[in-house]
Amino acid sequence: MTSTSGGPSPTSASIERPTPAGGVGASSSRRSRARLGRLVGLAVFLVLAALPIFLAPYPISLAGRILAFALLVVSVDVLAGLTGLPSLGQIAYFGVGAYTGGLVAIHASDNAFVQLGAGVLVAALVAAVTGAVAVRASGIVFLMVTLAIGELTHKLADGLDAVGASNGLAGIPPITLYPGGEPLVLAGVTYWWVLLVFLIGFGVAATVSRSPLGRSMRGVREAEPRLAAIGQLSYATKLAAYVIAGAIAGAAGTAWTVQTRFISPGDLAFSVSAIALLSVVLGGAGTLWGPVIGAAVVVLIRDWVSGYVSGHGELLLGLLFIVAVYALPNGLAGVASGRLRRRRAAMAGAPVAGEGQP
Amino acid sequence: MSAGAMGETAKPMLQVVDLTLRYGALTAVDSVNLTVSAGSRHALIGPNGAGKSSLFAVLGGTIRATTGQILIDGEDVTAQNEVGRARRGLLRTFQHSSLFMGLSAVDNVRLAVERKEGSPLRPWPSRRRDRRVTERAEEFLETVGLTSRRDDIAESLSHGERRQLEVALVLACSPRLVLFDEPTAGMSAAETHRFAELVEALPSSVTTVIVEHDLDVVYRLAQRISVLAAGRLICEGTPDDVRADEAVNEAYLRAGRSEEPLFTDRPASLSVTRPDDEENEVPR
Repeated sequence: MTSTSGGPSPTSASIERPTPAGGVGASSSRRSRARLGRLVGLAVFLVLAALPIFLAPYPISLAGRILAFALLVVSVDVLAGLTGLPSLGQIAYFGVGAYTGGLVAIHASDNAFVQLGAGVLVAALVAAVTGAVAVRASGIVFLMVTLAIGELTHKLADGLDAVGASNGLAGIPPITLYPGGEPLVLAGVTYWWVLLVFLIGFGVAATVSRSPLGRSMRGVREAEPRLAAIGQLSYATKLAAYVIAGAIAGAAGTAWTVQTRFISPGDLAFSVSAIALLSVVLGGAGTLWGPVIGAAVVVLIRDWVSGYVSGHGELLLGLLFIVAVYALPNGLAGVASGRLRRRRAAMAGAPVAGEGQP
Repeated sequence: MSAGAMGETAKPMLQVVDLTLRYGALTAVDSVNLTVSAGSRHALIGPNGAGKSSLFAVLGGTIRATTGQILIDGEDVTAQNEVGRARRGLLRTFQHSSLFMGLSAVDNVRLAVERKEGSPLRPWPSRRRDRRVTERAEEFLETVGLTSRRDDIAESLSHGERRQLEVALVLACSPRLVLFDEPTAGMSAAETHRFAELVEALPSSVTTVIVEHDLDVVYRLAQRISVLAAGRLICEGTPDDVRADEAVNEAYLRAGRSEEPLFTDRPASLSVTRPDDEENEVPR
């Protein structure tokens, strides 16, 4: 209780000591949960990687589109879930990535890595320029500014002859993985490439989430004015988050083009942004894997289940979202992780701990 | 100058020169001069509506002064915003605990430590550097007595614990000057006692200025007291001086030491025109 400026040596020893209030128990259960999470992640990866062996070309291309869309949703979650900036504009950077990838494929190189790199770079640059304005706003204004960015990109793609205007960008050649390599035309093989891009993008988001920047982003989400009061620049934090999210959305865009080999303004419609944001809400904002599951559920209902209910997929989606908002305030992730349960337990425990103090 | 008058060598940590804050026709802070010497504990008291919180908001940088100067350790910070002042060692706690409610206690402190000693924008984790930040954060938690609540989210902490956590956050910013805005409001007697102990145990490198309604806490903690009424400083001195001062007693008697505002002629629209909502000087 005396020194604050002293070195770490005298205090760190006492912190290692087991505390009666269950600090050690909590951290060991956290560790076992992390181990379980890794096992589940590995199992999911193996199943995803094995899909082309079992599935026919159409379901495989659907799975690939789900992965690309899920990566877009991850980028929305980086903003909405981690940083507290609900965005309707990530489709813009998805589109920039998709068109850049397509243009590079047609005019420059059919190498998948080159297309991915170019798409990510240009998307990040555009995100840096537009984000510099967008992150000055917050809340509903941010939502509107990003909506405008998304719609402007849509209109730009629709009017620009160099990218095929309303006809879209067609004639995109299949990718190769190394110079002089075979063009990859099989749906299963392009799916593997999309899976790789998804894993890289998801890995970047997960890394950022566990980094000091990730913590600063959560700080913005929880109490932005407080962050200023401790001397942190919330603007730089938000802009960094915006650029990273833009780059991830760009990667998702290139993955989309690689498998559809066609990109049109219709792919950048407002409804895609809306569904992406709703996938985040459905899956559980703030966790990264929750929104991925949300994205999968949404696309499966829209493109697959809707076939069995004579095209009423949108209606089904609407009902699902209403149920989700009322029944799952923390999304699908909230159900699985038991975060709510822990929070309630902690709340119930608080007064007891208070009384126990001298 | 006043350091010499006090017969000490301590240089002033905070100097407020002719500070005035006006909201339209209303003068919330009226040409206040204040000097707080380094390492001391200074209290700011006064009846409700005296302008204490307004003065604090101006000192903290959330509201711009109309005229006047603020110097921290001789450096003019009048033009600095909140972030700039925090980086020069001026930190404040808030009347209503404002923490990162959804984050764990240790993460709250880590955010502050990271700013000071780490790299808050580094987008990848680093085992070695992050552990150092965590260890520092744990030290501050231990200083304020919250080690056992390390992994609990701030929302689940009791009112007193949140105040302790706020002190940990402030300490983690290596403050030279801390402004406590009514720190013991809403605390139980035991919590107030613990909090006073915590403030007393702060290192001598930290200068503190406290706005407080609980005069017992003020007389216990403060080495010097400034009394504010209707935006003006009406008295400054040691706790004994202030206790004996006629004008102070009168100001408090008029206010009846109740929660009634001393002056009722303030416009009711004040809360609408105010640029910042951290305030609660509005007559209740």
